[in-house]
Amino acid sequence: MDFSLTNEYAMAQKLFRDFAQNEVAPIAEEIDENHRFPTETVALMQKYGFMGIPFSKEWGGQGCDYLTYTLAVEEISKVCGTTGVILSAHTSLGAGAINAYGTPEQKEKFLRPLADGSKIGAFGLTEPEAGTDAAGQQTKAVLEGDEWVINGNKIFITNGGEADIYVIFAMTDKSAGTRGISAFIVEKGTPGFEFGINEKKMGIRGSATRELIFRDCRIPKDQLLGKEGKGFGVAMSTLDDGRIGIAAQALGIAGGALEKTVAYVKERKQFGRPISAFQNTQFKLAEMKTELEAARWLVYHAASKYDNGERHSVEAAMAKLKASRVASYITNLAVQLHGGYGYIQDYGVERMMRDAKITEIYEGTSEVMLMVVSAALLK
Amino acid sequence: MKIIVCIKQVPDTTEVRLDPKTGTLIREGVPSIMNPDDKSGLEAALRLKDEHGAHVSVITMGPYQAEEMLREALAMGADAAYLITDRAFAASDTWATSSILAAAITKLDYDLIITGRQAIDGDTAQVGPETAEHLGIPNISYAEEVRLDGDALLVKRQFEDFSHLVRAKFPVLITALGELNTPRYMTPGAIFDAWREKEIVEWNRPDVPVDDSNIGYRGSPTRVAKSFPKTMKAPGMKIEEGVEESVEFIFDKLKEKYLL
Amino acid sequence: MTIEDYKGVFTFAQQVHGELSNVSLELIGKARDLAQDLQTDVSVILLGHEISHLAKELIAYGADHVIVIDDPVLEEYRTEPYTQGVTAVIDSYKPEIVLFGATAIGRDLAPRVAGRVHTGLTADCTSLDIDPESKEFRMTRPAFGGNLMATIICPDHRPAMATVRPGVMVKELRDDSREGEIVKFDVAFEENQCWFEIEEVIKKVSHKIDITQAKVLVSGGRGLGDASCFELLQGLADALGGEVSCSRAVVDAGWQPKERQVGQTGKTVRPQLYIACGISGAIQHLAGMEESDYIVAINKDPDAPIFNVADVGIVGDLHRIVPMLTEKILASRQE
Repeated sequence: MDFSLTNEYAMAQKLFRDFAQNEVAPIAEEIDENHRFPTETVALMQKYGFMGIPFSKEWGGQGCDYLTYTLAVEEISKVCGTTGVILSAHTSLGAGAINAYGTPEQKEKFLRPLADGSKIGAFGLTEPEAGTDAAGQQTKAVLEGDEWVINGNKIFITNGGEADIYVIFAMTDKSAGTRGISAFIVEKGTPGFEFGINEKKMGIRGSATRELIFRDCRIPKDQLLGKEGKGFGVAMSTLDDGRIGIAAQALGIAGGALEKTVAYVKERKQFGRPISAFQNTQFKLAEMKTELEAARWLVYHAASKYDNGERHSVEAAMAKLKASRVASYITNLAVQLHGGYGYIQDYGVERMMRDAKITEIYEGTSEVMLMVVSAALLK
Repeated sequence: MKIIVCIKQVPDTTEVRLDPKTGTLIREGVPSIMNPDDKSGLEAALRLKDEHGAHVSVITMGPYQAEEMLREALAMGADAAYLITDRAFAASDTWATSSILAAAITKLDYDLIITGRQAIDGDTAQVGPETAEHLGIPNISYAEEVRLDGDALLVKRQFEDFSHLVRAKFPVLITALGELNTPRYMTPGAIFDAWREKEIVEWNRPDVPVDDSNIGYRGSPTRVAKSFPKTMKAPGMKIEEGVEESVEFIFDKLKEKYLL
Repeated sequence: MTIEDYKGVFTFAQQVHGELSNVSLELIGKARDLAQDLQTDVSVILLGHEISHLAKELIAYGADHVIVIDDPVLEEYRTEPYTQGVTAVIDSYKPEIVLFGATAIGRDLAPRVAGRVHTGLTADCTSLDIDPESKEFRMTRPAFGGNLMATIICPDHRPAMATVRPGVMVKELRDDSREGEIVKFDVAFEENQCWFEIEEVIKKVSHKIDITQAKVLVSGGRGLGDASCFELLQGLADALGGEVSCSRAVVDAGWQPKERQVGQTGKTVRPQLYIACGISGAIQHLAGMEESDYIVAINKDPDAPIFNVADVGIVGDLHRIVPMLTEKILASRQE
């Protein structure tokens, strides 16, 4: 069992690290401050194929794998949680769902532009009344001749308003419960499809979080994704993959915060010594490092299972559960170890702490992760 | 158009430190990188390829470790990579290195050869012009702009206070400045292809048509007699004197350190 | 012909558009020292078009002989005609040593000549000397990005060639009464495949601020007291060929733009010389400049932390020291 990154992965990791340092880090503070979607960074990621890493070259992707994509999200999130989630929501959720369930025609029309960097993707499942209880979908889709007519709204949608292609979920047969939910592909600009305001958030403030509003929105019949009534399965399995992305985001945020803290405690002097000389500091850092590494291997393992074509819901859930908790733990301590400076925006760690929190919530709360893991254990 | 880019793998000298106790270089943990001027040269070649179509080969003389740099070049978009490696070539000065490179290059077709201005370890800026001399082709050093114009190359050649705009016919060698451009990133897919699909051609001593008298230690007109660390900083001197004395003191110190 | 038959210390006198570059004069100064140790004399090679009048200046700065090649093809510097010219002189005179300035021209011409003549060339030398016993020519230069010094020798090939950094060697005092020989040297230039045409000569325009590229930084902190005091720092920076930078406090006060800020939340710089004026040296600032090669600090407060990293610490009033230092530097240049 070789745990080291072989040549191509190491080189890819270095690519992502350099990109993060040169392109993402310099504006991370500003986009957070201004709640600004980093269009210029996304354009660069599109140009260099970062938006299509795990997709086959046949569909315009890079032909790499989930582990490579995981490394990309991690390295970028080390310097900017916002940019990390933009990449993750696009790749795992929006493009990922079409990659897994699309017909060849749908892949040609919708996956290709997402994978080759022409368009941005998003995923709309959550509703005001359907969060953890995702099955409680109230958005409706009714077939009228050759078109589906969609009515309802989705909230808290990452990349909402910025994305061109949306995979959304709606109730097509209320009487069938979860088996009455179907998945659809909707394009921005379709009449009857509008966006709410960009929410002001605690963290990842540069990412767009908008409501999707459907009012008699008509889409062609062939934009049903997967089979009618099978939408809940599409959502759940796509979320499994998304959790690997979020776990990578959390891992990156945690790693970035730890790096900053180690550098800081070596420089900061109190009582005539760097604070790294004090055992309290040393022990705290050791704990943080151990937790980080524990999370790391859960994340990479989940990605590997995906790449081996194996079921990975439980591994993905454990990875996200652990990595998100570790991110909150490490960033909180990072601020503490920076002392007063940690509370000042310029030092960056307070932003990482604010960014970390959401990883315990979206794409399935930690509580949902616990449900997934316990269900598997107690089968 | 056929372009050959000479690239060198170097330690990242901005990261190199001297061991204060032994006075020797600490090379451990110092990353190896593609020499920055060479990377800009490669980028220039790739831009010509993007705009006009060209076949870009990269060539390096170095140890096996340099393979990683060649893969990086392939991942950036180079079409072919050559590694010239042999113990016999070690300890070559710029005469010997340029002789070896020139001999290897004669085995390939080319219109344009691009080298970096200088490597950040040797800092001589000599290999490019010397290689051109061995090949009997013109060299244009310190290229800050490069453009194809019909069947000629238009090069803006940098001097301290002015530039020349030169029109050169092929074949020609240019040395690239880091300021020429900002090199592109690799793409993840190209990285995978570079490691999994592409072949690197390895040339050892028998493959390079160069005379023994021009390679290695014996083939090098210059030799290193000794190397030593720069004088270490004395612990900081602090003075509190009058204005004139202070100015004298600073002035003398700056002169002493060749900073004026 | 053996190695011992090669005699004389030669230098290449770089001239640009009819003006001798400073380094050309500095080389002569050094050549004289070497020539003395070798018991020989100094010849200077001068190439160009209608530049013969410069020969007298070269003699005034210490040349014993000036070998002039005056030809229209040499009007603007081009690698091949200049290489042909210098090579012809070397073939004819068989010098022991030839020195060039390590300039854009020198670093192009010297390797081409070394390649044509098949000899050793050492780049960017900071010191040159003759070993008193062996009479060996020893060339010392920085390597590894300046982290190491190396002494190079050229035992079996002649001439031994070296390029020398400008501003390192010292030129002699000008003496117009000095006498020397001026030789007109004719070269039959061959327009071969290495010839190219210059379409345009473009003079340089002013540059953008990038403190990370500056070799010298004169940096100001809150201790300056006022935005206008930065003029003093600009004066010193101009005299030293450097740029002005500053601390965060200065940017926050609106005295300088953020592009000039050095420090943890600004830029990291590694100049050859960093002069910190009125900067206390808080850790966030040090993080951005402590790798500078040489640090001079001027501050009123003897306990300012900047003195812990400074090579030279001056406790004093920067408002008086800086302008006086600037004057002294400019005056010394005139001499």
